[in-house]
Amino acid sequence: MVQIVKPGILIDFVSKFKLAVSISIILIVVGIGHLIIKGPKLGIEFKGGTSIQVEFDKPIKVTQLRNAIKDSRIFSDSRIQNIGSSNKRFIIYTKVSTSSTTKSIEDTLKPLLKSKFGDTFKILEVDMVGPKIGKEFRDKGIIAIVLSLIAILIYISLRFQYRFAFGAILALIHDVLITVGFLSLFGYEFTLDVVAAILTIVGYSVNDTIVIFDRIREKVKSNRKLSNVEAINQGISETLSRTVLTAGTTLFVVLALFLFGGHALKGMSFALLVGIISGTYSSIFIASPVLLLFKGQLIPEKKEVDSTDRFKQQIEFDIKQRGG
Amino acid sequence: MKTSTWVKLIIVLLVVAIFGAYTLPTIVGKKNAKYVSELFGGILPTDTINLGLDLKGGMHLVLGVETDKAVFAVLSRAVNNLQQQLLNAKIAADHVIPSGKDATIKIYLVDPKDTDKAVNIIMDNFPNYKIISQGQPIVIKLKEQIVAKIKKQAVEQAINVIRNRVNQFGVTEPTVVKAGEDHIVVDLPGIKNANRAVKLLGETARLELHLVDDSVSVADALNGNLPPDDEILYEIKRDPTTGEITKVPFVVKKEPVITGDMITNAHVMFGGPLNQPYVAFELNSEGAKIFADFTATHIGKRLAIVLDNVIYSAPVIQSRIGGGRGEITGNFTLEEAHDLALVLRSGSLPAPVKILQKVTIGPSLGKISIDKGKKAMIFGSLAVILFMIFYYRLSGLLADFAMALNIVIIFGTMVMLHATLTLPGLAGIALTVGMAVDANVLIYERIREELLIGRSVHDAVNTGYARAFITILDANITTLIVALILYQFGSGPVKGFGITMAIGLLANIFTAVTFTKTVFDIVLEKFRPQRLSI
Repeated sequence: MVQIVKPGILIDFVSKFKLAVSISIILIVVGIGHLIIKGPKLGIEFKGGTSIQVEFDKPIKVTQLRNAIKDSRIFSDSRIQNIGSSNKRFIIYTKVSTSSTTKSIEDTLKPLLKSKFGDTFKILEVDMVGPKIGKEFRDKGIIAIVLSLIAILIYISLRFQYRFAFGAILALIHDVLITVGFLSLFGYEFTLDVVAAILTIVGYSVNDTIVIFDRIREKVKSNRKLSNVEAINQGISETLSRTVLTAGTTLFVVLALFLFGGHALKGMSFALLVGIISGTYSSIFIASPVLLLFKGQLIPEKKEVDSTDRFKQQIEFDIKQRGG
Repeated sequence: MKTSTWVKLIIVLLVVAIFGAYTLPTIVGKKNAKYVSELFGGILPTDTINLGLDLKGGMHLVLGVETDKAVFAVLSRAVNNLQQQLLNAKIAADHVIPSGKDATIKIYLVDPKDTDKAVNIIMDNFPNYKIISQGQPIVIKLKEQIVAKIKKQAVEQAINVIRNRVNQFGVTEPTVVKAGEDHIVVDLPGIKNANRAVKLLGETARLELHLVDDSVSVADALNGNLPPDDEILYEIKRDPTTGEITKVPFVVKKEPVITGDMITNAHVMFGGPLNQPYVAFELNSEGAKIFADFTATHIGKRLAIVLDNVIYSAPVIQSRIGGGRGEITGNFTLEEAHDLALVLRSGSLPAPVKILQKVTIGPSLGKISIDKGKKAMIFGSLAVILFMIFYYRLSGLLADFAMALNIVIIFGTMVMLHATLTLPGLAGIALTVGMAVDANVLIYERIREELLIGRSVHDAVNTGYARAFITILDANITTLIVALILYQFGSGPVKGFGITMAIGLLANIFTAVTFTKTVFDIVLEKFRPQRLSI
């Protein structure tokens, strides 16, 4: 039997809480600080503008490309991004967008490139977003994030007592902040895909936390003599192999997406990569120790059995009935 | 075997068969799928999965209908009508100004004493308007439900016209749908000449024939001496050799003789000394009668052919033109003539449209994306598959089969629902693959624990599944909530991400729990193993 984590192992995670909090705070402050100082790098979906992806037959220099287009009013303050390492594919970003149906921005670009590079280029993609719809996308993105948070909040509150809900939500906010900060630090744009990735992280983070909470709760109920610290340490330790395995398999695929998925999936897979690592870390080192911030027993005795427990008891009963 | 195991086995096999049948065409290609389907008497599905524009190339357009302009058009007609009525009642109005934004008309009277009389005329003849102010100016406002109706109709009409044009343009499987209040989303897969398509769809195509007012000199009019019922329009001439553009002003009557809605047909013809293309159009009976009567009484005058406020030509009326036929000449290329005929045939837009978003993806980029996405998925899945076998042996292999079944269900469901697979959608599937094995990891870890504390294989499996089930539900529900919100609020590609995740998570409960448990049940009952390969 191959084992990543030895069964029966007990690690004192709780004592690392202060260290973990310090690391998290530093990471968040650096990341979010960067975001605030530099301002968020919004994708054109959110701020409006045009991005044009061009591919050349032969490798060219960015400066050549810049010189070819800089005299045009539309492209004078445009940004050029080199995709991949072949020096053949570039994305040109400009703040200008046009709502006119008769004259397009790529029509302005084509002759500029033609005069410098001849027929050696191809326009692969044009993405034009008007400022008005950019605002709509922004609003929708914000609504989606807020709605997800509210929905998750309701779900956790229904499933757990307040202190667990508090821990899960704190971990979730932690993960979102870390991800957003890292995106900013590494110069990724906030696009619709990235927002989708952040929302996915919200789901993932909570899911990871819930698995551990479930086990902590089970520990407390099966042995009332356990101290809070013991219960939490045991809960995390016993689920540790699952936590590592799931994070591992999910990371495999996300890493594959990040490495091989091409330019279009870079931002999204980077966000997922950071979020999943952060989500795994936070459910162990942040969400669970937070439970100790509240005084008293983790789960007060004689509290009415909630529906999940009733379900579990039913299952136990069934198993016994079958002769286990 | 127990009956319950039989029932489960049958359900599992049914699911595999149904979703497999829907997934097969996407894997083997439509042609082979047709062949296979014929072997079974043509009952098998042959549809392949719908690829999003980001994967197969094409154009995605979000158009905004300027509904204010449609309201403005209604107001303008009311203004003309009102001015006439005031004139009849001998009330002098200084100027009457419509505003499309707030749907109001401001009426400045020369003599404020006429206000009451004017208000009475308005109340009697313009039931659709509310009087907001009776001072100087009098302000009247089009009733809100009427404004809403005009806007709604404008959008609906615009969709019809654009759909018409798209269909005539000849793209396979185009979609034209309304989004929000006044947006129209147009998807044109695999389109080659995107700019031409945009031009064609965005053209208002309001064709009008106006009488050229020869009684006023153009120079005079340009200096401001323009009679109130006249307007200045320009003919745009392009020098075929130098490409230089010149604008020639004309003074024409504001009221058009013929409008585009009287056109029933239009097509390209060739003629003239150079055998150039021109557009011939036909009018309906009402238009034909007006046209014949008008040309009969205006021989020797010029008639300007105006498309979207630009004069194309202003030929002299030689004789009465019966039969309701006319032609538009200009220095057209064949393509331009073809497109003009097309927009005239498909009718004019009730209000101008603006491009809000335009995404054009070349087919080569789509192919790059598919190749890279596939590669990433294969590498990612392979890593997971091998790892599971390495870690959990035979049970790991079973989890891999469950994961494969999960992917089959995602593809099959998407084919059934005619959902679209996008690039982020592919990422969603990859992510589901990672999470799909999570359920089995949870179960297997639990089974290992139960085995360690000394339970029998049979008990350990049953307890493991039962205990892990709640946690799996929890885990999937939280992610499902997010997936559904993404589907609801996302646009295009992000919607695709939401939908693949949602299907994957739902399928996960079946594949990771029901499917693998059935296999365990069969194995446990048939072979009663003393050890588990886990």
